[in-house]
Amino acid sequence: MKAPTTFDRRTLLQAGGLAIAFTWLGGAGKAVAAINARQQPGDAAAALADGNPPFAPNAFIRVDADGGVRLVMPMAEMGQGIYTGSAMMIAEELGVELDQVRVEHSPPDEALYGMPLLGGQITGGSTSTRSTYGVLREAGAVARTLLVAAAAAQWKVEPASCTVARGVVSHAPSGRQLGFGALAANAARLPMPGKVVLKDPKDFTVIGKPLRRVDSPDKVNGTSQFGIDIRLPGMKVATVQACPTLGGTLASVDDKAARAVPGVIDVLRIGNAVAVVGEHFWAAKQGLDALKIRWTPGANAGLTTKKLRDALADSLAKGQAILGREVGKRPEGTLVEATYQLPMLAHATMEPLNTTVHVKPDQCEIWVGTQVPARCVSVAAKITGLPEAKVVLHNQYLGGGFGRRLETDSVEQAVAFAKQVPYPLKVVWTREEDIRHDIVRPMYHDNISAVVDANGKLVWFGDRISGGTVLGRWAPAFMGKDGMDGDLIECVAEPAYDFPNLKVEWVRHDMPPGLDVGWWRGVGPTHNLFVLESFIDELAQRAKQDPVAYRRAMLQKNPRTLAVLDLAASKMGWGQGTLPARVGRGMALGDPFGSRVCAMIEVEVTPQGEVRLRRAVVALDCGIAINLGSVEAQVQGGLLFGLSAALFNEITIENGAIQQSNFHDYRTLRINETPTVEVHTVKSGEAPGGLGEVGTAIAAPALANAIFAATGVRLRALPVNRALLVQDKAALKKKVADARTGDMTIEGSAA
Amino acid sequence: MIDLNINGKPHAVNVPQDMPLLWVLRDVVGLTGTKFGCGIAQCGACTVHLDGQPVRSCVLPVGAVGGKPITTIEGVAETASGKQVQKAWLDVDVVQCGYCQSGQIMSAAALLQRVPNPSDADIDLAMAGNVCRCATYVRIRAAIKQAATGKPEVLQSIVSMPTARSAS
Repeated sequence: MKAPTTFDRRTLLQAGGLAIAFTWLGGAGKAVAAINARQQPGDAAAALADGNPPFAPNAFIRVDADGGVRLVMPMAEMGQGIYTGSAMMIAEELGVELDQVRVEHSPPDEALYGMPLLGGQITGGSTSTRSTYGVLREAGAVARTLLVAAAAAQWKVEPASCTVARGVVSHAPSGRQLGFGALAANAARLPMPGKVVLKDPKDFTVIGKPLRRVDSPDKVNGTSQFGIDIRLPGMKVATVQACPTLGGTLASVDDKAARAVPGVIDVLRIGNAVAVVGEHFWAAKQGLDALKIRWTPGANAGLTTKKLRDALADSLAKGQAILGREVGKRPEGTLVEATYQLPMLAHATMEPLNTTVHVKPDQCEIWVGTQVPARCVSVAAKITGLPEAKVVLHNQYLGGGFGRRLETDSVEQAVAFAKQVPYPLKVVWTREEDIRHDIVRPMYHDNISAVVDANGKLVWFGDRISGGTVLGRWAPAFMGKDGMDGDLIECVAEPAYDFPNLKVEWVRHDMPPGLDVGWWRGVGPTHNLFVLESFIDELAQRAKQDPVAYRRAMLQKNPRTLAVLDLAASKMGWGQGTLPARVGRGMALGDPFGSRVCAMIEVEVTPQGEVRLRRAVVALDCGIAINLGSVEAQVQGGLLFGLSAALFNEITIENGAIQQSNFHDYRTLRINETPTVEVHTVKSGEAPGGLGEVGTAIAAPALANAIFAATGVRLRALPVNRALLVQDKAALKKKVADARTGDMTIEGSAA
Repeated sequence: MIDLNINGKPHAVNVPQDMPLLWVLRDVVGLTGTKFGCGIAQCGACTVHLDGQPVRSCVLPVGAVGGKPITTIEGVAETASGKQVQKAWLDVDVVQCGYCQSGQIMSAAALLQRVPNPSDADIDLAMAGNVCRCATYVRIRAAIKQAATGKPEVLQSIVSMPTARSAS
């Protein structure tokens, strides 16, 4: 498959998420990296480093002489199941089963493993399967074609008369068989085939099955190695503190007491942080706690969440907007308006950030679980002064990514410390450091509006969005010519609905230097679908229509999304039966990441304002599903991840420092709070859509709409403010009067 | 020197009495299956068994272990409930990123040792201290029930395609 080097509008619309941010409005970046099903320059070296197997027809497949098949995974595995899905795509065409393959992490190599949709060796944006559905199957087919050709030549028969199954080529008429291992050396001498024919999807025997994950056995018995598990001869362990005030620097350190702690080896300094090195983490941590540090807080010393929010609201009101998309003009009619707010969020991956680095005079070796291996190599080269070719990186399993490991800040810091010492240094952040120095999801402040006719039908849609850009820092070359960041307007500029007229615009509002904002699972869709789908519910309620019926009328030109809406409604039993008091159902839908999804959630809100999740139903059309087991798992987990944030999470800043620090004050959903989550997948022959972020993107609006149905309280800000949900109306009204932000209305009595 | 019995084997370690067992296991003994998640007993990733009871090793001073046997994820397959739980975890395919799963499995194995056929309420009580950021909770619940009964658990989720669930 030829990797696209430019994107037409159709490709662009199918891309979604991070990818759409990269390609929106034809953002002109550097040449797009292109993985390839055939051997490329550099692949021979990669294969050599990979044990020099006799047959390595491309960057992904290694056949050893003993018949062992190793698959090199272009993407990082962070829980999303991509190692299993990628292996299934290759195995389908190669002619092996999953129980016969071993998967390996790829080395950093943009040319061999770069994702077309993201322009680099980057795992993110729910793009992996969409990027590689063609090329990984083709990679398997190329290898199978060569192995069959080798067998046919040896037997002097037509290749077409041979079959392949479980790593064995057979010639039925003569009853002869040869395994891949025996054929590997001869297959390697054959010229690369031209066009190879891929299987008709109706003949798939691997793709589409609910197969178990390839990485589970080692993750269940404790032997799986994450970055934090690296142990090397002579290795020391460090833990760090960076200036709590974002953007601040180190003034001085008194390390006398720290150095007296048994097991402490060294105290290292860089411009904005201190590391204590120990024989083990505990010594390092005891040493860190014993340091007397003075910081220079810098320009952010007086920064607070309120100041950030006020400035953002001010930008929204007065700032110059960049037009995202406009169709038609705003007609006369009743204007309905609302302001929505989303908070900053941390990622809180289960595995705290960590990097192991060994800097030698002529080489820098790195062990880390990262979504961006090639970027890590690049920053390490800059910091050490070594050429990139002298930086060796070993990617590891990631104990969660959620976008946090798309950043290289922790790697840069570890290299800066490690280059001061001769030994291999493992730098492990405490959970407190991990949250206080998260690169947070931006806050947003949006004015959403509609003109409705006498029947409450939407005739014009307006969305004026304000928030910071991640792309502007992370990949500025991919910003639109007019300064647009496609991530900010995703799922509203091209909504699932047939809006006759619309205007979507963005007021760019950067956070102060030192407060970097980053990608967070669900990216633009998680932001915009909360605002849009909450507001659509407001319009339905205003029109005195059922939320499902109101949406159905606007989906008549979008049959795939209409189908998931109807499927979800039928499985939920929407509109059927009578619900108890303060129990309500809410829904949300959208087309994020090239998939179509509808979530329905049933909640109970206690008289004290506690929200209990009772049941969730998700209907999904993700195009061709590679692994149905992963589809279910990703939608369940993604939805619950989004619900967890919507219920509990907000990063706040006081005196320029993040106030949250660990799971007690940045809490996460637990099993006793988890509802049943049914996932219903539509059988589809469409191109694969993204999965890892779909559930997250749709979670918060479905929850907020369910809370409205249960209580009559419309939440226009996240996370859920329990104080607004108490049953006592007098107390509630007082709270509304007291509410500074005016982020809620009370409409009607409890459902 | 502190004498420990870990997964049935003796280990003598030269560490301070107040060092949490977690770091003794990970950084001194070299058993890295037990994970660091929070350091304050809020997430359960560090759960091990002390004389069969689940404990958060990140806040347990090694000096408080005494002679009690320690079981970690690397040794839990030697217990009947641990073996059942690990098998069910694979059958139900619970794992996503996998980082918290050592602790989840240790908590689940301890639960089954105590309550062979746990109710949903038992599961909530025993497992609420274990955080999973991938939110694999739906399958964790199914796997615990499957481990208890030995019968394939009908997953709460339904796929509308006519495909049976099959082993890889």
